[in-house]
Amino acid sequence: MPQDEHKEGIGGMMNPTRYGIERVAYLLMRLSGLGLLAYFVAHIYETSNILRGQVGWNEFLELTQTTEGHLFLAIVIAMCVFHTVNGIRVMLGHGGVGVGKPARPDYPYDPASQNYRHKIGIYSSIVLAAVAAMYGLAVMFGE
Amino acid sequence: MAQVSSTSNEQSSTAKSITLKISRYNPEHDESSQFMEFNVKYEKWTTVLEAILDVKKHFDHSVAVRYSCRQATCGSCGMIINGKPRLACFTKISELDSDVVTVEPMNNFPVIRDLAVKFEKLFDSHQKIKPYLIRDDTELVSDEKEFLQTPEEVEQYIQFANCIKCGLCNSACPTMATDSSFVGPQALAQAYRYVADSRDKGKDSRLKIIDDSHGIWRCHFAGSCSQVCPKGVDPAMGIQLLRGYMLGFRS
Repeated sequence: MPQDEHKEGIGGMMNPTRYGIERVAYLLMRLSGLGLLAYFVAHIYETSNILRGQVGWNEFLELTQTTEGHLFLAIVIAMCVFHTVNGIRVMLGHGGVGVGKPARPDYPYDPASQNYRHKIGIYSSIVLAAVAAMYGLAVMFGE
Repeated sequence: MAQVSSTSNEQSSTAKSITLKISRYNPEHDESSQFMEFNVKYEKWTTVLEAILDVKKHFDHSVAVRYSCRQATCGSCGMIINGKPRLACFTKISELDSDVVTVEPMNNFPVIRDLAVKFEKLFDSHQKIKPYLIRDDTELVSDEKEFLQTPEEVEQYIQFANCIKCGLCNSACPTMATDSSFVGPQALAQAYRYVADSRDKGKDSRLKIIDDSHGIWRCHFAGSCSQVCPKGVDPAMGIQLLRGYMLGFRS
């Protein structure tokens, strides 16, 4: 990237502190997407262990039965739920659904596209992700 | 850099004071930007632009800043004020609720010097989407001499016609922060402005321009562009409505 363009770069893109909950959702969407991609690759590696036979398979599965393994899976559950629910919100938004209607703006110019429906969608995604992760932890540690 | 204290005696006795931190950078001989601090008195109606001009008048005339109308109409004085893109003439110091006001050049624009940035790419992108009515006929040959519109038809685009090309939306956009080829929220919102205009017949040619991997599909609906727009244009809405049309969600 040429220096003279004065780009904010990855740091500016990832900074969630300046533009409200929408920018937090933007960051979480990217992080959860990358996390799920990493999990997908790890999952393929995990299931490939079945080629080592039953003993090898059971040995690898034991890794997921540890406290760290449970916490890792709880994070995966949270990422999956957030990415799904927020993804539906974003897809609807991309289709122009729920972003408001064009109208003559009045001061102080609150943007109609950042309306309560989308804010509810974002907060719902976060809450549902947290609830799903807690449920997952309860199931895994309750065994 | 050196700290300079205010000695202005033109201010009234009711004036408070703030520390104004101005980013100084000359690409011709500076390796990086540095902040210069000034103690500036202000009234409750004093804008950031007026404070900067006060600094130029009393302390350092070499501070580079672009401005013109002083009433949020020309779009010249966009800059990062306390971390967010704003118009300096449209931002009162009293509204910032801070004893320190930091001003920097807008992100995602090449710096000319200090607070002044180059707008070439913004204007190129704007020009690229053909920001004018495209028709086979013209007013000169039309019998009616006007292209009449209903108030409802005007409502479809008038919000987006408020754009003053200040560049704040491009500065706030997270995609612009990393993608040098992205056309940007300003140009995309203007594409919607003309596509939504019932008088315009250039929809297909405009959609062909923005239907690109660095065009409309690079917008991820973070919405920061709409939050910083000083004219209520709401570029995020225009972009999503346009994309909804391209995806077949909308007619």
